[in-house]
Amino acid sequence: MGKPKLKELHIRQDWCKGCGICVHFCPQKVLELDDKDKAFAARPQDCISCRLCELRCPDLAIEVETEEE
Amino acid sequence: MAIKDYLRERFFPHMWCPGCGHGTVLNGMLRAIENLALEKNDIVMVSGIGCSARITGYVDFHTLHTIHGRALAFATGVKMSRPDLNLIVPMGDGDALAIGGNHFIHAARRNIDITAIIMNNRIYGMTGGQFSPLTGYGKMATTAPYANIDHAFDTVSLAISAGATFVARTTTYHVKQLTDIIQKAIQHKGFSVVEVLTQCPTYFGRKNKEGGAVEMLENYKNSTTPVGSQAGQVNPDLIERGIFVEKQMPEYCSEYSKIIQKAVKRK
Repeated sequence: MGKPKLKELHIRQDWCKGCGICVHFCPQKVLELDDKDKAFAARPQDCISCRLCELRCPDLAIEVETEEE
Repeated sequence: MAIKDYLRERFFPHMWCPGCGHGTVLNGMLRAIENLALEKNDIVMVSGIGCSARITGYVDFHTLHTIHGRALAFATGVKMSRPDLNLIVPMGDGDALAIGGNHFIHAARRNIDITAIIMNNRIYGMTGGQFSPLTGYGKMATTAPYANIDHAFDTVSLAISAGATFVARTTTYHVKQLTDIIQKAIQHKGFSVVEVLTQCPTYFGRKNKEGGAVEMLENYKNSTTPVGSQAGQVNPDLIERGIFVEKQMPEYCSEYSKIIQKAVKRK
């Protein structure tokens, strides 16, 4: 079993309140806040699918979808 | 089942402030339930009043949003009439230990099979930032503008002395531990207490100059240590997190059903 590979980072921007927790604690600095203070994946190619953003998001706005094994 | 299947999505985005830790507790709790593969119909979630209590509105289980401090009393009633159901009671620090302090210690003493999750943000958020029994000495609150002179309860010690048979503490920074502990607490047969340190950037953070949600989470990372760690012995100011007590004792509903059996035989 290899490392899970990111398929897509789903961010529900209408649920996001822009607290910045995901941006700050992402170990690969994948996420950023846009000009409306909503999280978006600025560098999805760097994502290691650790899911810490998904687990910590207080707005339940993030879902990390990985490639099927 | 994906965690979104446990949500009442029509009520989202939720009413908690940006960066409020309560959403992270909801997130972790749903993952614990997902890992246990519990049926929605087998879960009853009971809450009282406060920001934390709003959690029952967002989950697609059987839910009761009851009166301040009395969530455990309602949950006791549900559990005694339907012992086969899983009872989860999320409470705030004031809800659990001020208004509901008596219900809390007696539920623990009876060892009734309920999972109590205390979302400790050290403040009454919904009513405007008044100090609670967990705010702590020297901290600021709307009703303590010159600093609080009340000493705080230690939730873990209180729960242990009251007789809870599963007692744990974690934070909203330690999300994997949060899910793991809630999972074990639900599985435990008896009264389980999980204290989760959760940030209130709007009131506690602002009044005490602890910064926003990110800074408060950094603080949880730096000011806590696993139970029994060497760092904790060197620096007693660090708050211990992990499982403090996990033991088996006769459970209230099981004992009650034995009494019913005895009484029926005597007729």
